[in-house]
Amino acid sequence: MLRTDGLRLAYPGQTLIDGLSIEFQPGQVWAMLGRNGSGKSTLLHALAALRQPEAGSVMLHDALVGNVSRRALGRQIGVLLQEETREFWGSVRDYVLLGRYPHARSLFGWSAEDERIAENEIEAWHLAGLCNRSFASLSGGERQRARVAALFAQRPAVYLLDEPLQHLDLAHQVAVLERLSIEARNGGAIVVMVLHDLLFAARYCNRFLLLFTEGRFSVGPADEALTAEHLGELYGFPLVLVEAGSERLFLPARRSGGMTHV
Amino acid sequence: MSRAAGIVLLSLIAVISVVAGLAAGSVPITIAKLFYALVQPGGDAVSDIVWKLRLPRVLAAFSCGALLALAGTLMQVLLRNPLADPYVFGISGGAALGVMFGMLVGARAFAQTGLGLAGAVTASALVFGLSLRAGNWNPYRLLLTGVVVAAGLNALLSLILVLAPQTAVKGMLYWLMGDLGYAGNPLPAFAVLAVLFVVAMPFAAAMNVLALGRMKARSLGVAVGSIELLLFGVAAVAAVTAVLIGGTVGFVGLIVPHLVRLMGFADHRWLLPGSVLVGGGFLTLADTVARSAWAPLQFPVGVLTALLGVPILLLLLARRNNDVAH
Repeated sequence: MLRTDGLRLAYPGQTLIDGLSIEFQPGQVWAMLGRNGSGKSTLLHALAALRQPEAGSVMLHDALVGNVSRRALGRQIGVLLQEETREFWGSVRDYVLLGRYPHARSLFGWSAEDERIAENEIEAWHLAGLCNRSFASLSGGERQRARVAALFAQRPAVYLLDEPLQHLDLAHQVAVLERLSIEARNGGAIVVMVLHDLLFAARYCNRFLLLFTEGRFSVGPADEALTAEHLGELYGFPLVLVEAGSERLFLPARRSGGMTHV
Repeated sequence: MSRAAGIVLLSLIAVISVVAGLAAGSVPITIAKLFYALVQPGGDAVSDIVWKLRLPRVLAAFSCGALLALAGTLMQVLLRNPLADPYVFGISGGAALGVMFGMLVGARAFAQTGLGLAGAVTASALVFGLSLRAGNWNPYRLLLTGVVVAAGLNALLSLILVLAPQTAVKGMLYWLMGDLGYAGNPLPAFAVLAVLFVVAMPFAAAMNVLALGRMKARSLGVAVGSIELLLFGVAAVAAVTAVLIGGTVGFVGLIVPHLVRLMGFADHRWLLPGSVLVGGGFLTLADTVARSAWAPLQFPVGVLTALLGVPILLLLLARRNNDVAH
């Protein structure tokens, strides 16, 4: 279980989040929503112990994340950063294998299990035909798939993802979200992700953290968090609710300047 | 070609370069005579040439090249910059300033080495200190600080060259180009190389992860700060040692890691030993050519590493098939 207690995150002259106390439970899939610069990535970094909070604490199984060794954290928390390197001198296979680094037992080679797990993820993310190519030569979407494959090869109990769908085509976006819900539902994983797509957030997440400006936030399940009024305030843009079957879609309200199809 | 077979091949090339370095020179020695002199030291002139002149020189060249390649490989991954070389901390400028000052005031060779060491340590401490002082340091600040400090040191070097008497300038220029003519006993350098290699190798796997960036590496379980500090230390000691043996030999530390990567060794567990072997072999061959091709005239080896290194790198870059990593 991952927990924050009175968490405060701030930059000089700007408070992003203040007094955040949440318990992230196994099996939950969280969507973190908010405007640009509202502190979504900063909070994700704090959860992953990649950033020291200004006040409060982040606990993983009742231990302060800052006190857990990097290696032990690496086995339990997997992070997909919003911006990861494009420069990597090795092949796609080398890259995916690095997801196994926190589990590696030998300093000088990978175990058969590491190789097998990486190979499975390479297959799952349709990278088999690319796995001997240099990572740097991939397209943006292919690179994102390799990052996702490395993350799943890491087999963490907590997934922290910053805009995991960027650059991916529609089928792979859905594949990432489906896999994450399976890891949460069947594997008891905790998933926390920054998303900008309200449809996918509503469809695949069961908990929502809305980050407003000036340190305010709200937390809740779908029926509380996802209302047109709430989301309109969150993004500073009017939204309209459209019911499609059992699903509720939030569309940006039409303003002048759009195309008129005749 | 498997990676293990590749390393065996590189070892073989390194041995061949050493043998070539022992055989070639102003007095050519046949392989048979060379072998005889090596197993039966003492007595004749050939044995004296091999044991007293060539072996120390060849071993100095090998250790110098290996140290530069090791430092270059480490700097490139630590700074995540393919243009990083062993001298980014102002090590070359600092050492050069110390040695040039020693030459200017007519200090003895031993004192010159001491001054060079002091200069290199001062310069690298300055660069590292300045970029650490700002707190949350990053590779870019380190690189930029190094470039700026090196520029300042270069200005001071030019001043010394202007002030120096005509007779001393040639020796200074040889040193600045990189010249193994003054190399002494190579064994201390080999000891340094062995220790640094043994210290760095256990972190080779972590270096692969470090290449992904500091934050990602941390999330994958690498204790980034302490490992980076240790490896910067290793790279700095390697660079200082190399500079004290052969002056500021250029291009080896920059080009050799790229050469080895282009051979298919991107994984640092193979890249480090590969770079050490290729760096040593490359500088040994270059020095052999520099001192024997136009004998009795001897060129500073730095001229040759540049003349050989530039076209090799350009050729490899042009031929590089971006689609195939192995």
